[in-house]
Amino acid sequence: MQDEVLILEPGRAEKNYWRDLWRYRELFIILAWRDICVRYKQTAIGIAWAVLRPFLTMLVFTVIFQRVAKLPSDGNAPYALMVFAAVLAWSFFSTSLSEASNSLIGNERLITKVYFPRIIIPAATIVSAFIDFLISFFILLGMMVYYRFLPGWNLFLLPAFVILALLASLGPGLWITALNVKYRDFRYVIPFIVQLGLYISPVGFSSNLIPDKWRLLYSLNPMVGVINGFRWCILGGKSQIYWPGFVLSIIVVLFFLWLGVSNFRRMEKSFADLI
Amino acid sequence: MQILKDIAIKAEHLGKKYLIGHQEENARYVALRDVLMRNTRMFLSRTKDLLKGRPIIQGDRLEEIWALRDVNFKVKRGESIGIIGRNGAGKSTLLKVICRITEPSAGRVAVRGRVASLLEVGTGFHPELSGRENIYLNGAILGMSRTEIRRKFDKIVSFAEIEKYLDTPVKRYSSGMYVRLAFAVAAHLEPEILLVDEVLAVGDTEFQKKCLGKMDDVTQGGRTVLFVSHNMNAIQRLCKRCIVLSQGRIAFDGQTSEAIAFYLKSREANQQISWPDASRAPGDEVVRLRAVRITGEDGQVRSQFDVRDPVVLQIEFQIFKKTQLAISVQFIGALGNYIMASMDNYINGPWGEQPPYSAGIYKSSCYIPGDFLNEGQLSINLWIYSPPLPPYLSAHVRMLNVVSVDICDNHQPNGARGSFPYEWGIEPAVRPKLRWVTEQLKRNNGE
Repeated sequence: MQDEVLILEPGRAEKNYWRDLWRYRELFIILAWRDICVRYKQTAIGIAWAVLRPFLTMLVFTVIFQRVAKLPSDGNAPYALMVFAAVLAWSFFSTSLSEASNSLIGNERLITKVYFPRIIIPAATIVSAFIDFLISFFILLGMMVYYRFLPGWNLFLLPAFVILALLASLGPGLWITALNVKYRDFRYVIPFIVQLGLYISPVGFSSNLIPDKWRLLYSLNPMVGVINGFRWCILGGKSQIYWPGFVLSIIVVLFFLWLGVSNFRRMEKSFADLI
Repeated sequence: MQILKDIAIKAEHLGKKYLIGHQEENARYVALRDVLMRNTRMFLSRTKDLLKGRPIIQGDRLEEIWALRDVNFKVKRGESIGIIGRNGAGKSTLLKVICRITEPSAGRVAVRGRVASLLEVGTGFHPELSGRENIYLNGAILGMSRTEIRRKFDKIVSFAEIEKYLDTPVKRYSSGMYVRLAFAVAAHLEPEILLVDEVLAVGDTEFQKKCLGKMDDVTQGGRTVLFVSHNMNAIQRLCKRCIVLSQGRIAFDGQTSEAIAFYLKSREANQQISWPDASRAPGDEVVRLRAVRITGEDGQVRSQFDVRDPVVLQIEFQIFKKTQLAISVQFIGALGNYIMASMDNYINGPWGEQPPYSAGIYKSSCYIPGDFLNEGQLSINLWIYSPPLPPYLSAHVRMLNVVSVDICDNHQPNGARGSFPYEWGIEPAVRPKLRWVTEQLKRNNGE
C-alpha cells in the first residue's frame, strides 16, 4: 500500500478534513457509547431521570398556562399533549446544547494527549441527548394512548424535524464549546440561554398566540420553527405551520451551523495549547 | 516538500511558539485610583483580544517563548530514535507537533505513514467502565479499529494478566492492574510510526521489564519509533541514535552513548522552577503547581549540597477548588534509577477522610536528613492527586524531573564516609550514616 505523506506547517488548511472525519467514525461511535454508558451507570435512577424531567416540566407548564393563565390549545388537541410535543423538542435541544458546549473542557486529557478531529467530541455528546429523546418519545406514545389521540401521517415526518433540532443545537454548541476553551466564562452563558429560552420559545403556549405582525420577528428564534414543526407532526393538522417563519428559522439554523463549524475549525488547532 | 521513500519523518526549521504573560510582581497598587486604572486597562486589552479572536493572556507584560526553534532532522524508516533533554527542553512539544495535537508555528514536518502516539498510558480510560469496555475505548482512542481490537483482545488481556477482572469497573483495580491494562492496549498498536513519551516510568519493576521487552519487539519489528525518556538505561537499550534537545534546539544528534554522555555533562542542576503565570502552570482546574525548589535548611536555594547537609524540597501549589490533596515524590538518580519515594503527611489517618484543603496558595516542605543520600545527581518526580482515588486516576500534576540537585562528597571525615579514602561509587541509592556499635564480647582464651 502506498503510504500517505502528511505535511504539517503553520496555517495549513486541512484539505482532507471531511475525509479524515469519516476515517475516525469508529471513535465517534465509541465516544458516544461511552457517554451513554457512563450516564446511565453513574446516576442511581438512570433512565428514570430522562423520563421524569420532561414529564414534570410538561405537568408544571400545563397547570400554569392552561389552568392558571387559561391559554387556548392548538385546535382541539389536548393541552398537555401540545406542551409535551414542545418539551420533547426543547429538552433535546437544550440537553445537546449544554452537553456539547461543555464537552471539550470535560475531555481535556484526550485533547492534550491524542490527535483526532476535535469535532467528534461535541458531536458524540449529542447522541446521548438523542437517547434521552427516544426515551421521552415513549412517554409521548403513552400520553397519546391516555388521551385516545390518533396522530396523522405527519408523524412520519418527525425525523426531519429531529434533524433540524439537532442542527439547531450543533451550531451554537460547537461555537460555544470552542469559545469555552479560550474563555472559560462562556460556560455561564449556556444555563442562561437554556433557562431564558424555555420561556421565550413557545414551549408552554401555542405560537398562534403571537400577534401576526410580530410572528416573523419571533421566528428569528430557531426553536420556534422546530417546535412548530414538532407540533405539526405530532398533533397532525390541528397545529398549522407558519411557513414564512419556518423558512426564516431554517435560515437562522443554517447560519449558526455555518458560524459554529467555521469557528470551530479555525480554533481547533490551538485547543491543545489553550485548554 | 519532497520526501524520500525511506524517510519516515523529516523536520525542517520546525518551531513552536507560546505566548505567556507576566504579572508585574513588585508593582504595588495602593491607591484605589491605580487599581481602577489598571483594571480598566486590562479590561480594554482583553476586550480587544476577545474581538480579534486572540487568546486572552493574564498579566501586564507578554513574552514569547519558543518551545521549539529551528529544529531539523530526518528519521529513516524502521529507525528508533531517543529524545533526551531537560524538562522544558521541548521534547514533549516535538512529539505533540508530529502527532498533530498542536500546530507548528514555523517550519514544517513531513510524516509518512500512520502515526500513533503514546504520551500517557490509559488516556481516556473511564473509571466507571469495566476493563473490557476500556480496552475498546482506549484502543479506539489510540487509533485501532474495532475489528483490530477484537482480533488482539485475548492477547491484550493475557499480557495485562487481568482475565478475572475483565468485567470489573477499572476504578476498583489496583494501580498495578490499571497500569498493566493501559500498557497492554498501547503495546498492541501497530502503526508505522510510534511516538512514546515516558510511559515506562510507571508500574512495578517486574512489569517495567516486561514493557521494555515489548518495546524491544516493537523497535525490532521494523517500526519507526521516537522515544522520549529520562531513563537512560531504557534509551540505551532501545535506540541506536539519540537527539539531545536543549532550550528548544537540537544540541546533539548522533550515537546514543555519545548523546547520553553529552547530556549528562551538559545538564546543570535546575534547583528551582516557578510558574508566575498560573494559567500556564502545570495542573488543572483544581490545583496548579506554582513553584518547586531545593533549598538548604536556611531556605536558600542551592545547586550543590555536601553529603552531610540536610536538603529541603519545597513545593508551592495553588488550589482553586476545595479538595482533598496529597503529594507523592519520587527521587531519581543520575542514570534514571529509582532511589526512594515519599508522600506528604496528608495520607495519615483513615484513608479518604482527610479534611479537604480550601482554595489558596500552599507550600509543602519535605526534609531529607543530612548524611543520608549518596553523592551524585538527584532529580525529583512529583505527583499531586486527590485521595481517596489513587494517583493514577486523579493526578492533577504529574511532573518528571521537575528539579534536580547535585550532592557532593567533600571527603570530610565527619561525614558518613569518615576518612575512607577510596571511591564509594554512585550505585548505592543512599549512603546513610547509621548507628553502628562494635563491642568486644570476650577476650580470647589464654590472654
